[in-house]
Amino acid sequence: MAGRLGRQVLASVLVNSVYAMKNYPVVLINTVLAPISFLVIVNFVSRGALLSQAIEGAFIMSMFSSGMGLQSDLSHLKNDFKIQDMVVSSPASPAAYVLGMALSEIVYSIPALVTLVVLMAVFVHPGAIQALELMAVMLMMFTTSVTLGFTLSTFTSDIVQSFAFSGLISTLFTTLPPVYYPITYIPLPFRYLAYLSPTTYAGEIAQSTTGLLQVSAVSVALAWVVLAAVTIIFGVIAVTKARWREV
Amino acid sequence: MTPDFESLEDGELVCHGLTKVYSDSQGKKALDGVSLSVKARGIFSLIGMNGAGKTTLVRILATQLEPTSGDAQLRGMDVVKDAKALRERIASIPQEARSIPWMTPMQTVVSYLLWRGIPYSEGKSRAIEALAKVGIEKQRDTLNRKLSGGQRRKVMVAAVLAADSDITFLDEPTTGLDPISRKELWKSLEELSKNHFLVLTTHYLEEAEQLADTIGILDQGRLAGMGTLDQLRGLVRHQYSIRLPAGVAVPEVKDGTVTRGREGQVQILTGEEEAYRLSGELLRAGARISVSRISLDDIFFHFVGEQGGN
Repeated sequence: MAGRLGRQVLASVLVNSVYAMKNYPVVLINTVLAPISFLVIVNFVSRGALLSQAIEGAFIMSMFSSGMGLQSDLSHLKNDFKIQDMVVSSPASPAAYVLGMALSEIVYSIPALVTLVVLMAVFVHPGAIQALELMAVMLMMFTTSVTLGFTLSTFTSDIVQSFAFSGLISTLFTTLPPVYYPITYIPLPFRYLAYLSPTTYAGEIAQSTTGLLQVSAVSVALAWVVLAAVTIIFGVIAVTKARWREV
Repeated sequence: MTPDFESLEDGELVCHGLTKVYSDSQGKKALDGVSLSVKARGIFSLIGMNGAGKTTLVRILATQLEPTSGDAQLRGMDVVKDAKALRERIASIPQEARSIPWMTPMQTVVSYLLWRGIPYSEGKSRAIEALAKVGIEKQRDTLNRKLSGGQRRKVMVAAVLAADSDITFLDEPTTGLDPISRKELWKSLEELSKNHFLVLTTHYLEEAEQLADTIGILDQGRLAGMGTLDQLRGLVRHQYSIRLPAGVAVPEVKDGTVTRGREGQVQILTGEEEAYRLSGELLRAGARISVSRISLDDIFFHFVGEQGGN
């Protein structure tokens, strides 16, 4: 049974990342460029003052974008190629299909993640505990965006709608919120709006863990709770509301 | 006309009052109380005009779509309640399924088999065999985007051939294929149907006539007729067709229907005796005519023409 699940997961990884990377290597450049380019801009504009925050922000954006990439990829395979219908009429479970697709997004992001890990080691140099905390935050970000992406993909009926969702959510959750810069840079009335995005909490945890932002222990604990709750809520929505078989 | 299901009652594909209303269709029924029963072996072909409900019916049977009401069983398994068990035994090529451009035919078939849980090495050997069967063994490592439309369609067919499932759903698998490729594919499907049950939808009546053991005619979401070609013929009053070119004087037809084509050609549908009498009369007058038993085209137009008002 485990072997079978492994093969089903492997199929999704091969289709959605390995074969694309192998046959069209140019796609690798895009996965690296998107998060890094914003990092470079923030670094230049802040004259290097926000380099560490920007590296952490790029990490968060990369993880969140990976999950949102799942939304457009699933939608593309479902609506344009009808591959999902072929998989539905097969022994593969939705969990195996989505797990494989989610892993494929991570595989797709490996070049960006490796680059960011190197930058983080050189410029941020987190300790072992800090690294673990950062990994936990990134994992939560990824899980949140994957479950959100899967749910949205089951409701989108064409690729234009799918790209619109993907672009909108990426902007709202990674470009605007304070992930590349500290939340203290946002004027107070607007700061409350930033807290509507889960990436704000991820940024706050990452920045406070590495000493880039001074916030109280209560605030950090609260950020963890909110992040965990959002992850669980999106997970529950994905399991209960996403549609494998159309109605 | 009520289809005659008497001889097919012990079938293993059974639908009872299957109805589908899509949420965005303002109440229009894509399927309207379809009931049928057919032996789950050989090829069962669904024919009908665009929007007749063929794809909706196939998607429900292939566990991709939930019916609004009614139920369906395949080999005793309910398509909704037993979907998990049923999916172990079915494979499907949706109507607009396309091979992914950044993959090769080999990668396409192997990935599909991996999704089905088949080990990689076995999948590779099955893929080689299936791609050869559909005639694209030489292109197996070429990117799908570089293949012709017909070849890309064949890649999808190769995937379900390689799956070797008990029951295979093919929704218009030969659309877009040239006549030679289509006939090559027919051979593969005929071969596959010896040990498997295929549910095939098609626009090509010739294809259904050539391949199907049982034919279902759908019209505006309803089952207008079903049976073997001979059973369907039996449901039509006139069994013989006489075709005359334009300009030939049509003799008086005592029992039958006369249809005139746009360019003046004439078709007479009639019974055996009257066909014999009329053809004798026409031949004596020196007319060049063709006489045959009614084809699936005639049967189709009989059902859809009468009930669909077309």
